[in-house]
Amino acid sequence: MPDFSLPSASRRSVLRGIGGAAVLGAGIPLLSACGGSGASSDPKTVTLGSKASDPVPKKAFADIYAGFKKDSGITVDVNTKDSNTFQEQINAYLQGTPDDVFTWFAGYRMQFFAAKGLATPIDDVWQTIGGNFPEAMKKLSKGEDGKYYFVPLYSYPWALFYRKSVFKQYGYEVPTTWDQLVALCKQMEKDKLVPIAFGDKDAWPALGTFDQINFRQNGYDFHVDLMAGKAAWTDAKVRKVFDLWTEILPYHQEGATGRTWQDAAQTLASKKAGMYLLGTFVAQQFTDKAALDDLDFFAFPEIDPAYGQDTVEAPTDGFMMSKSPKNKAGAVKLLEYLGTPAAEEIYLKSDPSVVAASTKASTDAYTALQKKAYEMISGAKSLTQFMDRDSRPDFTSTVMQPALQKFVRDPKGIDSLLSSIERQKKTIFASN
Amino acid sequence: MTTDTPTKSPEAAPEPPPGTAPVTKRIPQGHKRLLTRRDRLTLGFMAGLPTILHVALVWVTALASILLAFTSWNGIGFDSIQWVGLENFKELFTNNPQFWPAVEHNVIWFVVLICIPTPLGLFLAVQLDKKIKFSRVYQTAFFLPVVLSMAVIGFVWQLVYNPDTGLINSVIGANKPGHYIDWIGDPNLNLWAILIAASWRHTGYMMILYLAGLKGVDPSLREASALDGASEWQTFKNVIFPVLRPTNTVVLVVTIIEALRAFDLVFVFNKGAEGTELLSILVTNNIIGESSRIGYGSAIAVVLLLISLVVIIPYLVSTFRKERRA
Repeated sequence: MPDFSLPSASRRSVLRGIGGAAVLGAGIPLLSACGGSGASSDPKTVTLGSKASDPVPKKAFADIYAGFKKDSGITVDVNTKDSNTFQEQINAYLQGTPDDVFTWFAGYRMQFFAAKGLATPIDDVWQTIGGNFPEAMKKLSKGEDGKYYFVPLYSYPWALFYRKSVFKQYGYEVPTTWDQLVALCKQMEKDKLVPIAFGDKDAWPALGTFDQINFRQNGYDFHVDLMAGKAAWTDAKVRKVFDLWTEILPYHQEGATGRTWQDAAQTLASKKAGMYLLGTFVAQQFTDKAALDDLDFFAFPEIDPAYGQDTVEAPTDGFMMSKSPKNKAGAVKLLEYLGTPAAEEIYLKSDPSVVAASTKASTDAYTALQKKAYEMISGAKSLTQFMDRDSRPDFTSTVMQPALQKFVRDPKGIDSLLSSIERQKKTIFASN
Repeated sequence: MTTDTPTKSPEAAPEPPPGTAPVTKRIPQGHKRLLTRRDRLTLGFMAGLPTILHVALVWVTALASILLAFTSWNGIGFDSIQWVGLENFKELFTNNPQFWPAVEHNVIWFVVLICIPTPLGLFLAVQLDKKIKFSRVYQTAFFLPVVLSMAVIGFVWQLVYNPDTGLINSVIGANKPGHYIDWIGDPNLNLWAILIAASWRHTGYMMILYLAGLKGVDPSLREASALDGASEWQTFKNVIFPVLRPTNTVVLVVTIIEALRAFDLVFVFNKGAEGTELLSILVTNNIIGESSRIGYGSAIAVVLLLISLVVIIPYLVSTFRKERRA
């Protein structure tokens, strides 16, 4: 038989322990309540969670916060995390004790967290900074409820990149229609060039190719509906996109699913490839100044004249305010500052691979590449973000990325692939 | 109980009054005098805290994930958990194009590990056991990969397999258009490419296990079989290998575990893309992320758990049976 007295003694101590824990537990909310209202909320400090862990953007952001401090006397306490980790943990981060302000993306990904009540609406900030931004940027900064949740800082368009010297050497002309693009690919192949550099090891670059062909062929509205889960992937319109893609796929660099975008960019840099479809950040791979000056790009060619080249894919990065910031007044001031042309100019000085989201920011210091990117964005009728920012990330990462890798490697069997995508889409979009 | 009373503080008062039948019967307890109150507290703490941690971190999480497998949850707030019954499993078995390949790859992983690096490790161990020259050097060389983390091995082998700039393609000239070998992207190749890397490491692991086993073989057995005129192969087949039986069991269990938990190497290599899907990677891809499918990921984890149980339960049953017999 078990000993009766031993448990009884330890039961008392356990009870005492539980009592102690209860006191402690009661103490925690008390303590945090203290923190929220008094001592630790220093009106001269705003905390900011940043995913800008790469050296170039990290320094560029630090310069902005220094500018803010000079302006307002408020210190920005930056908490930088590796950008992939930041993205993976954003969910838990925003539900825990997030910083007052955090870096994030425009579009669906911003709206998702806004709709879950994990961000503070910032209409008051937009009353001050609204004049600095074009209509397309305003649209990108609103949640589904029509309130503002986001302050955009910069964008980078996606386009077909090429080297001017290569086009000059072979006498190529920039293609503006689909047929011209196909003809150019054929010619490049004859000239022993890889027509289109391609690396899809990370699985997201192929999403960009799909986006381009889809909104050129089917228009912005259909693209948005498809991304929102409203249109069907089994629609003949989508099938047409894959047919067109199949037509140019043979001209893409072989073995794409085993190559990173950085390696693919190197084939363009070393003049082995003629073109490369990517965001302007491809310029980061051009470390040689002469090669960088030789880099140029053009918008993805027109497919259906009804839509021409009116849509530009331009992912936009910026800032949001967390659900209950400790220093709300300071956070508002910071966001107002981040929405000024001055803040954007500071950023662009250190990171020339992107362009300002504000039309008021000075373009004087822009490189030729930046100027062209800026024109492309400001001339666009509609801006898209990127498939994984325009649609549910759980859908794009678990369904679309593997599906497109499968297609890129083996373009046969499109119909069964599309019906598989559609079936999986239905269950994902049906969940909360 | 009553012996404690003088030291008790007043708060202990509400107790059954001494003298009731069941209590008086249990009073004489020898070991109670050996342990002071403080000892008991310390012991309780030392046993209790790990138990609480173990229950909370192992059992509660495992049970929670089993429960979550029947729900749909995006990880934001507990009120967004929805009960969906068997929906996740239905979806998984009928609709997920990556699921069955993942199961298949886990099985292939096990079969390859048991068929190639395990005999190879045994072979190396037998050779090293013969006390050849530089035995220590070889031992170290073969064991070195085991010291490295799987993630590091993934990085190293990526340099070898990189289709454009990697060692193999550069040497055999397979990085030009026309005759291009895509070791990382081609689903007919990439799993085998990764398995070579995994085997490279596993061989050393097996070698060390068998070497330890061989050291434990009684030298008189060898002597006896030599006296009986057995050849080296006969000695190994009929005497040494049967003696290694306990080692073989350990090797089998270790290999099954390695095959089921395979993750890091593949994740570093190509994130479980076409051709290298694994159950562990599907779990991760669904659970980690900005808007995660925790219910669905848990369902995959439950499948992995069931497979593990199918393998582990017979092993445990047979082990316990043996112990009881002994």
